[in-house]
Parts: sequence; C-alpha cells; structure tokens
Amino acid sequence: MADFFSTPLGTFVIILAQCLAVLGFVMISLLFLVYGDRKIWAAVQMRRGPNVVGTFGILQSVADALKYVLKEVVIPAGSDKAVFMLAPMISFVMSMIAWAVIPFSDGWVLSDINVAILYVFAISSLEVYGVIMGGWASNSKYPFLGSLRSAAQMISYEVSIGLIIIGVIISTGSMNFGSIVHAQDTGWGFFGWYWLPHFPMVFLFFISALAETNRPPFDLPEAESELVAGYQVEYSATPFLLFMAGEYIAIFLMCALTSLLFFGGWLSPIPGLPDGALWMVGKMAFFFFIFAMVKAITPRYRYDQLMRLGWKVFLPFSLVWVVFVSFAAKFGWFWGIFARWTTGG
Amino acid sequence: MVSAPVARRASQRSQQVEEMLREYLPILVFLGIAIALGAILILAAVVLAVRHPDPEKVSAYECGFNAFDDARMKFDVRFYLVSILFIIFDLEIAFLFPWAVAFKDVSMVGFWSMMVFLGVLTAGFAYEWKKGALEWQ
Repeated sequence: MADFFSTPLGTFVIILAQCLAVLGFVMISLLFLVYGDRKIWAAVQMRRGPNVVGTFGILQSVADALKYVLKEVVIPAGSDKAVFMLAPMISFVMSMIAWAVIPFSDGWVLSDINVAILYVFAISSLEVYGVIMGGWASNSKYPFLGSLRSAAQMISYEVSIGLIIIGVIISTGSMNFGSIVHAQDTGWGFFGWYWLPHFPMVFLFFISALAETNRPPFDLPEAESELVAGYQVEYSATPFLLFMAGEYIAIFLMCALTSLLFFGGWLSPIPGLPDGALWMVGKMAFFFFIFAMVKAITPRYRYDQLMRLGWKVFLPFSLVWVVFVSFAAKFGWFWGIFARWTTGG
Repeated sequence: MVSAPVARRASQRSQQVEEMLREYLPILVFLGIAIALGAILILAAVVLAVRHPDPEKVSAYECGFNAFDDARMKFDVRFYLVSILFIIFDLEIAFLFPWAVAFKDVSMVGFWSMMVFLGVLTAGFAYEWKKGALEWQ
C-alpha cells in the first residue's frame, strides 16, 4: 500500500483527496457562514432569524441551496447567453482556487508555493471579471451600472491591500504563508504577532477587505435603494447561488488572510498551549463574526465618499507606511520587530 | 559536445523545474475540481429545474417599464480614469514585490533607488490629486 502512494498515480490520488478535503471544508463552512451571518444580524436587530429547518434552523442553508437548484433559471432575452452563464462560474471558481495556497496548520496546505501571496493577489484581481461580465451580459441598466461601480470599487481598494501586504513581506522576506506565520512565532504568543508592529494596517486591511468583497458599509454595487441588486439583478436560481457562494468564499478567504498575515495563523495566542488548525479556524470564525457585526451595525457609504476614502486616505497612508516599514527594517528601529527574516524559516 | 559539468547542471536545473511544476500540480487539480463543481451545479439546474419562459419574464428588469434604449450606454469617464490610476499603482506594487522579498539582501543603493522611485511616484500622485483626478461628484 505504501508503494502505491509513491507511484505517480498514487501521488495524484493523494492530491485529489487533499483537494476534496479543502473543497469540502470550504463548502461546508459556507453553509454555516450564511446561517451564522443571518443569525448574527437577527440577534443585533432583536429578531429570531432562521429557526424552522432543523434544530435552531441550522439546516436552513442546506434547504436554501436545494431550493436554488430546483428554481427556474430565467435568462433575459437580450442577454449574451454564454457570457451570462460564464460570469457566475468565474466568480465562484476564482474565489475557490485561492484556497489552494492557504495553510490551515504547519504544512497543511495543498500547494506550498513560495509566491503564495502573489498568487492570492492575482486570483483576487481576476474576481472582478465575474462581476463585470455578469453586468455586461445581462444587457439591462441596473446590472450595467452596478458592475461598473463594483469594478471601480474593487480595483481601488486592491491597491491599498497590495501596499499593506508589501509591508508584511518586507518584515518577513518571503511571500510564503508558512514563513510569514513562522516569523510571528517569537515566543511572546499574542504579542509577538504582526498586528502589533503593523498596528494601523490591521484596520486598513480589514476595511479594504470589506470594500474588496462588496460587504456593507461598502455594498454600493448592490445598493438596493438605487440599483435594486446591482450586477445580480437579472440572475436567478443556480447562477445566483454561484455568485453568492463566490462572494461568501471570498469573504472567508479575507478572514483567513487577516489571521495569517496579522494574527499568527495557526499559532496559539498563549505561549505554552499547542498550536494547531483549531486556532486557525477559530480566528477565521472570529473575523467572520466581525464581518457580520459590521454589516449589522454600520450605515452604507455614499459612492463619492467611498472613492475618497480609498484614494485619498488609504492609498497615501499605506504608501507612507511602506516607506516607514522599510526604514525601520533596514536600520533596525524598534528592537528589530519590523525585521523578522532571521527568525522566519 | 557538451562537457560533463554543463550537462549535469542542465539536468539539475530541469529537475528543479520539474519539482517546481509538481508544486503547482495541486492548484491545477483544485482548479479542475472547482470548475467541475460549478459546471455540475449549472447542469443540475438545466436538468432539474422547470423552464417556462414567456416574453414578459425574459424581458430586462426596468421597474415595470419597457426599456427605453440599449442598456450598453455611455458612462462616466471617471470609471476609466480610476482604472488607469489602478494600472499605474498596481504596476508599482508589482515592482515592489521582488524588492520586498529580497529586502534583507538589498544593498543601500537598491534601498535608496526604490525610495527615489517611490518619491517620483508620490510626486505624480500629488499632481493627480491637485488636478482633481481623484474628485468624484
């Protein structure tokens, strides 16, 4: 049996099993994320939320997914049909394959490439295509305007996300997520992680992540009072399900990135406790909780305010921060907490 | 004729390339699975779901009106401006990535030349700001 796994076919079977495990983890968490999201908003607004399907309504998302698949797919007469069906696929596939490089624990990663961050950055840029193709192919005014807005918003905040990531890379000297987490393992537990030296950037990254994934308070593309539902107006049933799944997977990916880049990934916050995948999943769940809380308690931005915040506040600030981090790392300011490449793997 | 050390180095390099490609194989497999899952869902909808299209149902949504004209209309040039600005800054980030990875080995010359590059970029950014390219009314 051991011989079989060292043959090319056996290696392929192992890779296939690992891929299915990651896919299964993401898809099953997706069901509970949507449910958790709805329950949290309901709790904030003093409602009950979904409570009929299964105990405490925990199977609500399963029922919803089945319902989406069985509903009629309405394809508008004037639409470009191939592109119309392709757009949700792109949105779903792009947000899914970014998970191939996300480690859940030390070495628990599908593909341990050394340009992991660059890969995630590139894939998340491609997500814009799903939105803009969906808006264009619908051949309807609301989706068209919504997709334009959405594309402009996503690319604006990608710039500041990129600059924030550059700061972390300077501190680590590597683009591999494993090395970045190892560089945060200083024996100080919670206080050794990157959130402390890169303190203001944690907030900028989180807020940019909200804007990048079109979450409130930046859900301008789907501002229902003006654009009905933005680029999703003409979508129904399964194509809509794929768009929504892609959106939630992208949000969960941003939670994973926040915990890997700034909060030590799978490291335990208390020195002495064992590290492991449970910490990673717990941190991701915590950041998703913050995402849900932000949606429940903040009012929506206006579009000009959104662009002003992105280009006139976040971009200059993160640019200055890159210069500051590179000086601090080069000249060893602050006891070398910005230069961790000696401790990293 | 290729000398022995050169041939050995070439075979070493091809082995390295092969190893690197093997690291990317899981990504390819994962991409295949993700596409398959999306396609299965779409096909399931085509097979399972009812389809009763009628002219009103498949017309574009326009709050109850018939569409006045084509939806692919003129739009604000600022969207175009934003995408140009994005290309400039994203290119700059693409320049910064290799520099940041090699940061510990970069000499003082490399360090200061990148600072000068960032300075030039900041000057351009300040000009754009002053010209009102970032205004959004």
